[in-house]
Amino acid sequence: MATPLTLKELSKKEDRFTHGHRMCSGCGAPIVVKIAMMATEYPVVVSNATGCLEVSSCISEFTAWNVPWIHTAFENAAATLSGVETMYRSLKKQGRFDKDKEVKFIAFGGDGGTYDIGFQSLSGAMERGHDMIYICYDNGAYMNTGIQRSSATPLGADTTTCPAGSVIPGKLRARKNLTKIMAAHDIPYVAQASPSHWLDLAKKIQKAHEIKGPKFINVIAPCNRGWRSKTNDAIQLSRLAVNTCYWPLYEIENGVTRITVTPKEKISVAEFMKPQGRFKHLFSPENEGLLQRVQDEVDREWAKLQKEAKTD
Amino acid sequence: MKAKGWRDLPPGSVVLEGGSAVKFKTGSWRAFRPIWIEENCIQCLFCWIYCPDMAVEVKDGKRTEFDYDYCKGCGICALECPGRKGQKAIVMAEEGK
Amino acid sequence: MAKVVAVTGNEACANALRQVNPDVCGIYPITPQTDMMQRFASFIADGKVDTESILVESEHSSMSACIGAAAAGGRVVTATSSQGLALMWEMLHIASGDRLPIIMPVVNRALSAPLNIHGDHSDAMGARDTGWIQLWSENAQEAYDNTIQAFRVAEHMDIRLPAMVCLDGFIISHSIERMEYLEDQQVKDFVGPFRNFLPLLDLDKPKSYGPLILTDLYHECKRAQHEVMTKVADVVLEVAKDFEKLSGRKYGIFETYRLEDADIAIVILNSAAGTTKDVIDEFRDKGIRAGLLKPRLFRPFPYTEIADALRHTRAVCVMDRADSFGGYGPLFMEVSSALYQAEKRPLLMNKIYGLGGRDYLPSHAAQVLTELTTVAESGKVSTIKEYIGVRE
Repeated sequence: MATPLTLKELSKKEDRFTHGHRMCSGCGAPIVVKIAMMATEYPVVVSNATGCLEVSSCISEFTAWNVPWIHTAFENAAATLSGVETMYRSLKKQGRFDKDKEVKFIAFGGDGGTYDIGFQSLSGAMERGHDMIYICYDNGAYMNTGIQRSSATPLGADTTTCPAGSVIPGKLRARKNLTKIMAAHDIPYVAQASPSHWLDLAKKIQKAHEIKGPKFINVIAPCNRGWRSKTNDAIQLSRLAVNTCYWPLYEIENGVTRITVTPKEKISVAEFMKPQGRFKHLFSPENEGLLQRVQDEVDREWAKLQKEAKTD
Repeated sequence: MKAKGWRDLPPGSVVLEGGSAVKFKTGSWRAFRPIWIEENCIQCLFCWIYCPDMAVEVKDGKRTEFDYDYCKGCGICALECPGRKGQKAIVMAEEGK
Repeated sequence: MAKVVAVTGNEACANALRQVNPDVCGIYPITPQTDMMQRFASFIADGKVDTESILVESEHSSMSACIGAAAAGGRVVTATSSQGLALMWEMLHIASGDRLPIIMPVVNRALSAPLNIHGDHSDAMGARDTGWIQLWSENAQEAYDNTIQAFRVAEHMDIRLPAMVCLDGFIISHSIERMEYLEDQQVKDFVGPFRNFLPLLDLDKPKSYGPLILTDLYHECKRAQHEVMTKVADVVLEVAKDFEKLSGRKYGIFETYRLEDADIAIVILNSAAGTTKDVIDEFRDKGIRAGLLKPRLFRPFPYTEIADALRHTRAVCVMDRADSFGGYGPLFMEVSSALYQAEKRPLLMNKIYGLGGRDYLPSHAAQVLTELTTVAESGKVSTIKEYIGVRE
């Protein structure tokens, strides 16, 4: 039976992702990972794309993974895991693996390794129908190499490759909506989540494990180095991302969209952006228009999502 | 300890011991130190769930002391702590002071 | 016992894979490999193997999935050519660095640009430094035999390295030849059951594959990897010995043809060796002592053994069906490195032939042997590297 999703009960479980990892102080990604691993009751094999999480969690003989874990390269966490999962099926079919033991498969990738370079591998693995959950921890840039623009970088953000200069005010393109793109693969389960809403995230992981086939969960993961914010605000910022509807929490199960957390009061996206140095330039008068565009994009996407969503 | 030579390495550089990172202490990274004030603690365990470094020890569903061997001093716990009647159960103090 | 058949190189390899019955395979089409794995897909569809296939969306994902599957713990195969191998390049290093015994027939084909689908060795030569074992095959029989033997070599507990079996695109992959199949059971017994080594699916002992290793240990990791390669040649010979008992066909780490008393020799890989042997016979008939050396094991390269086999000759031409632009041909570089260590060594020249499937004709071999005769007499090589069979 699944552990009830209360903090008291969850705290009794052994860590499958341990301390001693070397993610930066205050990083949002390990919070996402620990919640995902806690909500996983089954034996699990994890695949990891090259990136912050990977380079910080397994160094020389030190691994923070207390479960089987594999990293091969940047663009192929999904393809690599599809191989592991296929071998599991093959051995099980041939009677060479305990038939009563059910193993689950999770891939973790950052937005660079998921939206960009790993996009094809992800799309392929999802289309092939492997039984796995792909979890993207989205911090909106290539943070491991030092804050370079990705297709997940939000409109207006300052990164080292789309810097806010005297002529160009940061990124001029809106984010790619990967969650919707994955939904367009017609896979059985797609969701968006946030570490601030730990219960919502844990429920989505639990639910995803009970669904056979490919699942995709996109989780916002604040990066204080890249977002130019404080080390203590990963949860606060991810909560603001939800409450501004910059990062709506929803799921699409067998084609049916459901908003899982509706903010009590939808606040201005500027509240999410203000504490982040990467958006600082948007608050100067000459960039008023761009700031408005960010709000317009958020409003439009939120309205679209509400329209798509089934009302309970 | 003598550094490993090439003959001592596991084949394919596979790490053979799961969770071995616990041997790597990250507490020395800390510039600020969280201090737990037990009387203000309502045992909500938010500090525990939100800690990126699994540095809050919980026994029988109740938090105890911080694990300073691993706490990197980010301060998420202090910020998220609801405290009791407006009094925080976690405050940050500069290390070495 | 053995069954005599008339099949293509691709069909022969596909049948070798069927007889081995791997646990997982990656399949992705690329000319001229395509019909090897599509034949294998038919074996899966018809229930002739237990293999689970992964019908990937690229060769990069194919090799990635093969690595995942092999790390999980089981026997894994795929096959590719040309651009496909080039796209895998990054992952080839990871397969070998992780010590995963994946078997991959490579149907050799030219690399773009310009686009060309025909046979040359540019693909596999580009992968020579990836840490894979490379076995090269002259014809369908050798491709079949090498494929079967590759499993034993790669999966040997002292080795555990991936291996590619090279055969010439179209010339071998698509030409029908007479060859012999072993019985299914013979192959099964020869290859034996897969032996696990650090499987990821051993849930009780969680392992991490693919750590970050920086200046403290990376150098040592690579030194250890080199050490494994030094053991490969002996295992190849040991496996060849067993294979000979089974099939009557003898394999070494290279083949020599009328080389023992030769004054001049050609070193050449794969299908062109057959043509060369015929021309050597003609030269022998004319009283010219010509011989041939055809490497089988190219990685690891048997430097000492090849130097020993060639040192008594007076002039040698190394023929490359691949080029290193601004350098000598890749096979030439190895042979000259090997011979440099010999006190007495032949004069060396390098001919680039047959790129993009350009026919290698008996007249080309004759031209080279004639030139070698002159070189041996004069003691001088005028131009070390030249293209042959090229229009001016």
